[in-house]
Amino acid sequence: MTAWLLRRLAASVAIIFAVVTFVFILIHLAPGDPCIVGTGEGVPDPAVCRSLIRQFALDQPVLVQYWRYLVELAHGNLGYSFALHRPVWDALADTMPFTLQLAGAALLIDFGLGLALGIYQAWRLNRLPDVVLGNVTLFVYSLPTFWLGLILLLLFGEKLRLFPVGGASDPVLCPLVDSFYCLADRIWHMVLPAATLGLVGAAGTARFQRAAMLEVAQQDFVRTARAKGLPERRVVLHHQLRNALLSVITRFGLTLPFLLTGAVLVETIFAWPGMGRLTVDAILRRDYAIVTAAALIASSLVVAGSLIADLLLGFADPRIRVHEDAVVDIVTA
Amino acid sequence: MTFGSWLALVVAIVLSAEVVRWLRHRALRHERWRRFFRHPTAAWGCGILTFFIIVAIAAPLVAPLDPIVQPDPVRLKNHPPSLTFLMGTDVFSRDVWSRFAYGARVSLGIGALGALIAVALGSCVGAVAGYYRRWVDAILMRGVDIGLALPRIFIVLMAVALWDRLPFAWLTLVIGLTSWFATSRLVRAEVLALRERDFVVAARALGAPSSRVIFGHVLPNAAAPIIVSAALSVGNVLLLEASLSFLGIGVAPPRPSWGNMIADGALTIYTAPWTTLFAGLAISLVVMSLNAVADGLRDALDPRQDPA
Amino acid sequence: MTATPAAALLRVRDLKTYFVTEHGRGTARAVDEISFDLYPGETLGIVGESGCGKTVTSLSILRLVPEPPGHILPGSLIEFEGRNLLALAPPELRSIRGNQIAMIFQEPMTSLNPVFTVGDQIAEAAIIHQRLSRRAARARAIEMLKLVGIPDPEQRVDDYPHQMSGGMRQRVMIAMALICHPKVLIADEPTTALDVTIQAQILELLDRLQHELGMAVLLITHDLGVVAGHTDRVVVMYAGRVVETAPTTELFEHPTHPYTEGLLAAVPRVDTPRSRLQAIPGQVPAATAWPAGCRFHPRCPYAWEKCVAQEPPLLDAGGGEGEGEGEGEGGRHTARCWLVTEPERRQAKR
Repeated sequence: MTAWLLRRLAASVAIIFAVVTFVFILIHLAPGDPCIVGTGEGVPDPAVCRSLIRQFALDQPVLVQYWRYLVELAHGNLGYSFALHRPVWDALADTMPFTLQLAGAALLIDFGLGLALGIYQAWRLNRLPDVVLGNVTLFVYSLPTFWLGLILLLLFGEKLRLFPVGGASDPVLCPLVDSFYCLADRIWHMVLPAATLGLVGAAGTARFQRAAMLEVAQQDFVRTARAKGLPERRVVLHHQLRNALLSVITRFGLTLPFLLTGAVLVETIFAWPGMGRLTVDAILRRDYAIVTAAALIASSLVVAGSLIADLLLGFADPRIRVHEDAVVDIVTA
Repeated sequence: MTFGSWLALVVAIVLSAEVVRWLRHRALRHERWRRFFRHPTAAWGCGILTFFIIVAIAAPLVAPLDPIVQPDPVRLKNHPPSLTFLMGTDVFSRDVWSRFAYGARVSLGIGALGALIAVALGSCVGAVAGYYRRWVDAILMRGVDIGLALPRIFIVLMAVALWDRLPFAWLTLVIGLTSWFATSRLVRAEVLALRERDFVVAARALGAPSSRVIFGHVLPNAAAPIIVSAALSVGNVLLLEASLSFLGIGVAPPRPSWGNMIADGALTIYTAPWTTLFAGLAISLVVMSLNAVADGLRDALDPRQDPA
Repeated sequence: MTATPAAALLRVRDLKTYFVTEHGRGTARAVDEISFDLYPGETLGIVGESGCGKTVTSLSILRLVPEPPGHILPGSLIEFEGRNLLALAPPELRSIRGNQIAMIFQEPMTSLNPVFTVGDQIAEAAIIHQRLSRRAARARAIEMLKLVGIPDPEQRVDDYPHQMSGGMRQRVMIAMALICHPKVLIADEPTTALDVTIQAQILELLDRLQHELGMAVLLITHDLGVVAGHTDRVVVMYAGRVVETAPTTELFEHPTHPYTEGLLAAVPRVDTPRSRLQAIPGQVPAATAWPAGCRFHPRCPYAWEKCVAQEPPLLDAGGGEGEGEGEGEGGRHTARCWLVTEPERRQAKR
C-alpha cells in the first residue's frame, strides 16, 4: 500500500512539475515586451522594468530564466502584481479561503443531492419518478453554469428578495456583531452561488450514479443477495450501492476541475471575492502574473483532488488495496 | 419580423419535424436505430438540433434585420418581445431575434469546428497510444494527465492574457486543442481491446504498415465511442465558448454569439431579462439535445446489444 | 423396498415462465409446462443442453427471474411444504429464500460481492434469518467454512473473494447457502466453471453435506457424468419441456426418449475402441418458435408423421405397467415419446 502511495505521490509531483514547465513555455511564447506585459499598463517605467529584469533574470538565456522561475516558485514567490501593487501570493491567499468555502459547499450539494437522486432513480427504475427526474437532470446538467447563476440571481435575489445579490458578507454589521452572526451571514450569502455550482454538478452526479447503480444491478452477486432472502432495501443500499460508489469516487476526482472552472464564472456573477473573480479581473487588466499563478494553483488543486480520489478508491475497493500493482484506469464518462 | 422571416421560421419548424419523421422511418429497418429512437428524448433532441441548425444556416432568411444594426438607439431600447421584435430588443436597440439567429451560426459553428478538432486529435492520440502501448502509451497518457490537470478555462484565460485579443479562428483552435483529452482516453481503451481482435492480426500478417492498420482497420471499428464523444464534445465546446464570450474574451462584439448575448443581457437582467433568457435557453436546449442524442447513440452503437 | 410414499418436499406443476422479447420477435417460452417433485433427502438432477430452460426453472422456484422481461404465468404451481411459493407475499418469500430453500450459482467469482469479506457474506443470511448477533454469526461462518473443507477458517473468514481460487469460492458459496440449514438446495451448474479435479471435490462435498444435513438437492447440469455419479433421479429437459424422468440407474440402463439416447451416445467413452463422436444432428430451436408436434422431431432419428402432428404427453415407460415399484410417485419412469406406445418403430432408424 505504501509503495503504491509513494508512486502516486511521485506521479503527482511530476504532473505539477510538467504543468509548471508548460506555463513557463506559454509565457515565453507570448509576444510583447515583457516589461510592458509585466506592468500591465502601456507605458514601461524604467525603474520597474529594471527590477523586473533583475527579479526574473529577463536578460539571461532561457534556461537560466527557467531555473530562476523554478527557484522562485520553490520559495513561494509567485511574482508581483503591478496592478494591485502586491505580491501575487498575498493577493491569492486572501481570496483562496473564499473559493474553497464556495467549492466545498458546492461539493456537498453536488454529491449529497446527486447521490440521493441517483439512488432514488435506480430504486424506482423506469417508473414515473425516474422518468421525470431523468429529464430534469438532463436539462439541469445542460445548463450553462453562469446562466443558471443569473437566473437564480434574478429569481431569488431580485424578484423574491430571499437572498443577497452579491458579496460574501455584510460589510457593515459583520465586523461589529459577534462571529456567529458572521457565520450565518456568510452562509446566507453563499446559498445562491453554491446552489448554482452545486445543482449543475448534482444533475451530472445523479445521472452518473443512476447509470452506475444500473450497471451493478445486473451483476450476479446482486442475484445471490436476493437468493439469500435479504430484504430488497439491503440488496440495493448495502450490496449495490457499495459497488456503485466505487465509480462515484473516481468521478469525485474529476469534479474538481469542473468546480474550479465554474467558480471563475459564478464568483464573477455573484461578486464573490474568490480566486476566480480575481483571475477574471486580472484578465481584463492583462495582469498575467496573477493569471498564471491562478492557473498553477488550480492545477495543483486538481492534482491533489485526483490523488485524494485515488486514495479513497484504494481504501474502498479491496481489490486494489491488496494488490498494489493494480492499475486503476479512470475512464471518463 | 417581416412576413418573409415569419414564413422562414415556420418552414424551419416544419422542416425539423419532417426530418425527424423521415429519420424515424428510415430507422425502422435497422435494429440499431430502432434502439436509438426508443429514447423519446433522443428523437426530440434530433428535432431541436435540426431546428437550430436550420436557423443557423438560414439566418439571413429567418432574421429580418442585420444583427448589428441599431434601428433607434433611443426609443427602441429594451423593448419586450412583441410581434415586431420576436425576442425583443436589447440595450443597443438591436433586434434580439436577428442576433439570435446569427449568433446561432457563430456558436454552433465554433461548437462543431472545435469539437471536430478535439475529436480528431483525441482519436489519433488515443489510437496511437492504445496501439503501440508501452512507452508511447506511457508518454502520451502522461501528457493527457497533464492536460486534464489544467482546468481548460485557465489555459484559455492564460492564452488570452498573454496574447491580447484572440482572433475568432485562433479562439476555436485553442478551444479545440484543450478539449481532446477525454476523447483520447476513451479511444485508447477501445483500441486496447480491438488490437487483439483477429482482423487486426490478419491485417498485420498481410504486411500492412501500422498507420494503415490503425487508421484503416482499428479506428473505423472504434467508431462508437468516437461518435458519442463527438456529440458530447460539441456540447462542451459550446459551453466553453459561451463562458468565454460571457467573460468578454470570446467572440468579440458586435458580432453576436449566444455567449456574449447573455453578457449583454446581464447588464439589464432585472429590467429586461429576455436577451439573457433566450440565449441561455438556446444553449441549454442544444446541449441537452446533444446529451440526449449521445445517450441514444451510446445505446444504438453498443455492440453487446446487437442481435447475435 | 416398501417405503411409505413420503410427501414431496417441493412440487412443481405446470410451471410456465415466458420472456417478452423486443420488437415483436415473439414470446420466448423458456419453461413451458414443467412438472416434477422433489422428495426429502434425495438428489434430483435436471439435465439438458443450454437453452432447454433448466436454469430458468431453477430461478423460477425462488422467483428470481427478472420481472420485466420474464414472468411466471398464472396456472403455474410451485408448492413447498404445502405452501404455494408463487402466491406468497414478498416478506414471506424472503423468509424462505436462503433459509429453507437456498441456491448456489454457476460462476462463483461474479456471484460473490467483491467488496465484502467472505465471512460477512456468509454470516449475512444467519443474521437476517436467525437473528444472530454479529459475533455469533461470525462464529457460525467459521464453522461453515470448516464444514465445507476450507483450511484455516479463522484466517480465511476475513478474506475477500478475489483472494481465493475458484474451487474455494464455490465452497464459500456452499457455506453461504447452507448456513441456515435449508431443507432444499438448488445447485445451478455448480461445477461447470471449475477444473475437472475441483469439480469432483465439490460434488463429493455436496454429497457429504447432503447426508450430514439431510437436505434435498436439485442439481442442474448439462453433464451426464455428474448426473450418473451424484443423483438419485433425473429429469431430462428439452425445449422447455420435460421429456423423460426416471431413477438414475434406470435412465442410464434403459433410456427411452431419443434425446436421452442421443445425449448418452454423445458422451465420449474411454473403454470402447475409438470411433467418431456421435452428435445429435441439428440445433436447439429458438424459444420463440418451438416446433409443432413433438419438439424434438426435427432432430429425431425415429420421427414419423404422428410425431409432427401431435405432441406426445408424458407416457409411462416403466419396467411394468401403471405404478412403478419402489417409492410411490418417485420411482416411475416416464417419457414424452410416441415410441412408448409404438416401440416397434424403434427398428426403423433413419
